[in-house]
Amino acid sequence: MFDLTLAGARAGLRKGEFSSRDLTEAFLGAIETLNPVLNAFITVTPELALRHAASADAALARGEHGLLTGIPLAIKDLFCTQGVRTTAGSKILEHFIPPYESTVSANLLRDGAVFLGKANLDEFAMGSSNITSAFGPVVSPWTRNGDNRPLVPGGSSGGSAAAVAARLALGATATDTGGSIRQPASFCGITGIKPTYGRCSRWGIVAFASSLDQAGPVARTVEDCAIMLQSMSGFDPKDSTSADLPVPDFAAACRRGVKGLRIGVPREYRSDDMPPEIETMWQQGLAWLREQGAEIVDVSLPHTKYGLATYYIVAPAEASSNLARYDGVRFSSRTDGADLNELYENTRAAGFGSEVKRRIMIGTYVLSAGYYDAYYLRAQKIRALILKDFTDVFRTVDALVTPTAPSAAFAQGERMDDPLKMYFNDVFTVPANMSGIPGMSVPAGLDAQGLPLGLQVLGRPFDEETVFAVGAAIERAAGFTALPGMRAGGGA
Amino acid sequence: MSLDPATVRRIARLARIRVEETQLVPLGHELSGILNWIEQLNEVNIDGVEPLTGAANMALRLRPDAVTDGGNVEGVLSNAPDRAGAFYAVPKVVE
Amino acid sequence: MSYAIEGRTGPWEIVVGLEVHAQAITKSKLFSGAPANFGAEPNSQVSFVDAAFPGMLPVLNQEAVAQAVRTGLGLNAHINLVSRFDRKNYFYADLPSGYQISQFEHPIVGAGQIEIQLADGTTRQIGVTRLHLEQDAGKSLHDQHPTKSYIDLNRAGVPLMEIVSEPDIRSPEEAGAYVRKLRSILRYLGTCDGNMEEGSLRADVNVSVRKHGEPYRTRCEIKNVNSVRFVMLAIEAEAKRQIEVWEDGGTVQQETRLFDPNRNETRPMRSKEDAHDYRYFPDPDLLPVVLDEVWIAELKAALPELPDAKQARFTGDFGLSSYDAAVLVAERATADFYEAVAAGHDPKQAANWVTGDLFALLNRTGRTIEDSPVSAAALGALLGLIADNTISGKIAKQVFDIMAETGEDPAAIVQARGLRQVTDTSAIDAVVDAVLAANPDKVADYKAGKDKMFGFFVGQVMKAMAGKGNPALVNAALKARIG
Ligand SMILES: [Mg+2]
Ligand SMILES: [Zn+2]
Repeated sequence: MFDLTLAGARAGLRKGEFSSRDLTEAFLGAIETLNPVLNAFITVTPELALRHAASADAALARGEHGLLTGIPLAIKDLFCTQGVRTTAGSKILEHFIPPYESTVSANLLRDGAVFLGKANLDEFAMGSSNITSAFGPVVSPWTRNGDNRPLVPGGSSGGSAAAVAARLALGATATDTGGSIRQPASFCGITGIKPTYGRCSRWGIVAFASSLDQAGPVARTVEDCAIMLQSMSGFDPKDSTSADLPVPDFAAACRRGVKGLRIGVPREYRSDDMPPEIETMWQQGLAWLREQGAEIVDVSLPHTKYGLATYYIVAPAEASSNLARYDGVRFSSRTDGADLNELYENTRAAGFGSEVKRRIMIGTYVLSAGYYDAYYLRAQKIRALILKDFTDVFRTVDALVTPTAPSAAFAQGERMDDPLKMYFNDVFTVPANMSGIPGMSVPAGLDAQGLPLGLQVLGRPFDEETVFAVGAAIERAAGFTALPGMRAGGGA
Repeated sequence: MSLDPATVRRIARLARIRVEETQLVPLGHELSGILNWIEQLNEVNIDGVEPLTGAANMALRLRPDAVTDGGNVEGVLSNAPDRAGAFYAVPKVVE
Repeated sequence: MSYAIEGRTGPWEIVVGLEVHAQAITKSKLFSGAPANFGAEPNSQVSFVDAAFPGMLPVLNQEAVAQAVRTGLGLNAHINLVSRFDRKNYFYADLPSGYQISQFEHPIVGAGQIEIQLADGTTRQIGVTRLHLEQDAGKSLHDQHPTKSYIDLNRAGVPLMEIVSEPDIRSPEEAGAYVRKLRSILRYLGTCDGNMEEGSLRADVNVSVRKHGEPYRTRCEIKNVNSVRFVMLAIEAEAKRQIEVWEDGGTVQQETRLFDPNRNETRPMRSKEDAHDYRYFPDPDLLPVVLDEVWIAELKAALPELPDAKQARFTGDFGLSSYDAAVLVAERATADFYEAVAAGHDPKQAANWVTGDLFALLNRTGRTIEDSPVSAAALGALLGLIADNTISGKIAKQVFDIMAETGEDPAAIVQARGLRQVTDTSAIDAVVDAVLAANPDKVADYKAGKDKMFGFFVGQVMKAMAGKGNPALVNAALKARIG
C-alpha cells in the first residue's frame, strides 16, 4: 500500500480495492512508528483524519469521486487549519488555534482530502534545513552510503518533503518563498512545484514575505503534484494578489511531451565550485529532453548572481513587517513585562528563534531611515532586472532547466556556523520567487553518496503546463526509483 | 562596515526584540557579515530602472462595499493571552 | 490687519498646517467586510483581518476609493490615476498588525484648495497638499483598570481620508474657518458625516511661530483635536508656549503634543517619545490602485452643487448678500430648505425669514433644520399669503408663531382666526375718520409741521383694525385726509 502513488491510490479507492479508512489507518500507523525519529509532523490529528476518511468513504460509496477523495495528506504547519493548532514552527504560535481554514487547505478538503496532521518546517518558513523549527529539526529519511549521521531534509518545507519521501503521506502542502518547496524536494528525492505567484491563494497561510510566498504541493511524482496543484489552485477574491485565471488541466499537461519545445540552459547557473555530479546530472537531463524531441538552447540570465543578495533584502524587509503582529496581545504567546513595550520586547525575544530574529533585524535595518534607498529601493530595482532577464529569455525558449540546488542534502551541524553558508542553498531557486515564475524540482539521480539530486524546470508566468510537460519528460527518462532508508513499509 | 552596538540597540528597539547588552557586539558582527555580503549589489547598474514591488503584474481589484464580517467577539478573542470581558488587556499604557 | 501674537520681543506670526482625518462614509471597513459604523459593543465589529490574525489579507473597499475621489474632486484637486498603499510600521497597543496601511509616496489625491471666508468678509485660499486613504487604529481605554489598558478594535481598519493642508493658515480664526469649510464640503459630498464628537472628523494641528519675514521655525504637532473651538484654542495656547520658549532663549523641539482643554495648554505625548522611524514601504499584499478615467468622470458628473457654487448662485441669481448666502450654504440641509422656501417667492424675503424667524425658532426649540417645526412648504405658503396681500408682514409673524406651535397650515390659521387683511377702502376710511376725529390736537400738531405724528396715526388706525388693515391703503387714506 505504501508503494502507491497518489494517482494510484486514487484509482484503488475508486475501484474499491481499499477504503480511505484503510489508507488513513496505514499512514497514521506509519507516522506513529517513524515520526519519533523523523519529526516530520509537529501535530498529528488521527481523529480528524479518520473523520475525513469516513466522509470520504461515504462519498465514494455514493459514487462521488472528488479530485482527492480519501487521499491522506500532510499539511505544512504554515497553513491555518480551523480548530487545529497552527504553529508556523515557532514558539510564539505554540498555542495558536486558528478559527479559520486557509483557502488552499479548504480547497483540498472540498475535493475530499484527508488531513493526517501538520508538517514541521523552519520557523516562519525561514530556513533551508529545518533546523530552525522550534519543535526540533526534521531528520531526512535518507542517509549517505555507509554513514548514519542524520541529514537535513532541506527547508523550509522539510517536514512535508520528509513525510512524503518516507511515505507517511501521499502528498503534502508546502510553500516556497526562496526555494522552500523545490530545495527540500530535491534533497528528499521527491517532486515539488512552486506555481506562478498568484496561482494559489495566500489567504490563511502564515506570511513570511508576501511578495514572494507561494503555496504548492510536494508529492512522489509529477502527476501527483499536478493532481494536488489542480485542487490547491484557483482565484480567491480574499487575496488581492490572486490571479483571476482559469486553472488548466495540469495532469493532462504531464502527458504532452516535449517534442518541439525549446529548452533554455542559463549559463550563469554554472559555477566552478558546483560538484561535478550535479553538472553531470544536468547534462544528462538535457540529453534526455533532447532525445524526446526538445531543442536545447544556451541562454543568459545576467542578473542571476545578484538574486540571492536581493532576496536577503526583500524577504527580511517584508518579514520584519509581517511578523510585527506577533506581539503577545491577540493570539501569540506572551512573556510579561513591566509595561507594554517591555511586554513586546520580552514576548518577541522569547518567542522567536535566532534566525527569525536575525531576519527581522536585517529587514528593520534595510527599511530604516537613511538606508531605504541604499538597500530596499536598490533591491527592488534589481528585482525588476531579474524579472526582465526572464521575460527576455522566455521570448525565445519555452522553459529553462537547471539544477535545483548547488548540493545534495548535508548533515545536521554542517554549514551552520555562518548564516551565509546556509543562504547559498537557495541560489538557484530564489530567482523564480523574485520574478514570480513557476518552478519545479524533479528527482533525476543520486550522487556518489547515494543522495538524491533534483533538476529544476522553470516556465513562463502561468504556464505551469509546460513545466509539468518538461518535468514529466525528465521523470520518465530518469526512472528514479531510489528510496530512502527510513520509510513506511520498507527499511527501518 | 560593522554595526556598532548603538545601532544594533536601535534596530532591536524598533523591532521590539529584547537583546541582552552582552549580545550587542556579536549580533552586530553577525548582521554586518550579511550586510557586507549584500553590498555586492552596489556593482549593479540600476540607472533608469523602475522598482518592482511584487511579481503580480496587475492592478488592484476592489471589493464591493458590503458588510460580510464581524459579530465574532469570541472568535477574535479566543486566542488572547489576556482579556477583560470583550476587550483585549495589556499593561497600562500612558498616552 | 493680519493676526499676530504680541510677545516681549514684539509681534509673532503663527504658521499652521492641518492634517484632518475624515472617516469616509462606507458600510464596511477599508480592507475588511466588518461594519464601519460607530458605537457598537467592544470588538463586535472586528474581522480576523482587522485583528491582524496570521494569514489574513487586505482587500480594498471600492466605495472608500470612490469617496476619496469624490472628496478630491470637491476640493478641486488632482486625482492620481495610479496610487499605492504603503505600510507605516510602528508598535502600538491598538495597531494590531504593527503597521498602518496608508499612502505615503503615491496618494490617491494630489494638490487642491479650499476657499475660506473670514468674519471681516475677506476670503483666502488655503492650499491642500494631498488626500490619502488609510486605516484608523483601534481604541485603548486607560481608565477601566488600575494596571491595565483595554483594547477595542471596532475602529481598527475604518477608512480614513487624511487631508493635509499647506502651512498657509495664519490665525486661529483661519484654522477654524478652514475646518468648518472642509467639514461643510465633506458633508455636501456625503463623503464624511463630519461628526467631531464621535471622532469621524479630527485634526492634527501643526503649529510654529516666527517673526515676520523669517523662514519657518520648528513646528509641533498637536494630535487628535476634536472640535473647531479646541483647534483654535490649541493653536493659540501652543503658539504662546512656543513664543515663550523662543523669547526665553530656548529652542522649540519638534514633537507630538496633546491639547488639554481643561487647562487650556498642550503637553508632550509620552507614548510618542520614541524616535520616529516608520520604515514606510509598499504593502506587498496590495497592488497599485489604477483608476479608470471614465469612472472618475461618472463620479464627477454625479457630484452635488458645492457650497462655493451655491453661494455664488444665491448672491448672483437671488441677490442675497454674501453674508446671508454664506450662512445659508454652510449646511446643505439649510440651503435645501431655503431653496424650497424661496421657490416661487421673493428670494430675499425668504432669506430673511429663514435666517431670522426660522433660525430663532430652531434655537429656541433646540431643533435642527431637518426636524424643523415649520416645514419649508409651510413657510413658503406663508410668504405666498404676504405676497398676495392676504396678510401683512406683521400679521405673518403672528401666524408663524402659531404655525410653530400647532403645525397648522398658514392659510387655515388666517381663516380660522380671522387674520385676513382688510382691503375694503370704505372700512379703512371710516376708521381713519374716527381716529382723526378723536385726536384733533395731534392733527393740529401734525399740520404745524410735526411730521412724526403721521406714524402715530398709522399706529392708531392699525390698532383699531387689530393689525389687519392693509398698510399701503391705510397710508393712502391718511395722506388723502391730512396731506
Ligand atoms: Mg498626522
Ligand atoms: Zn493619518
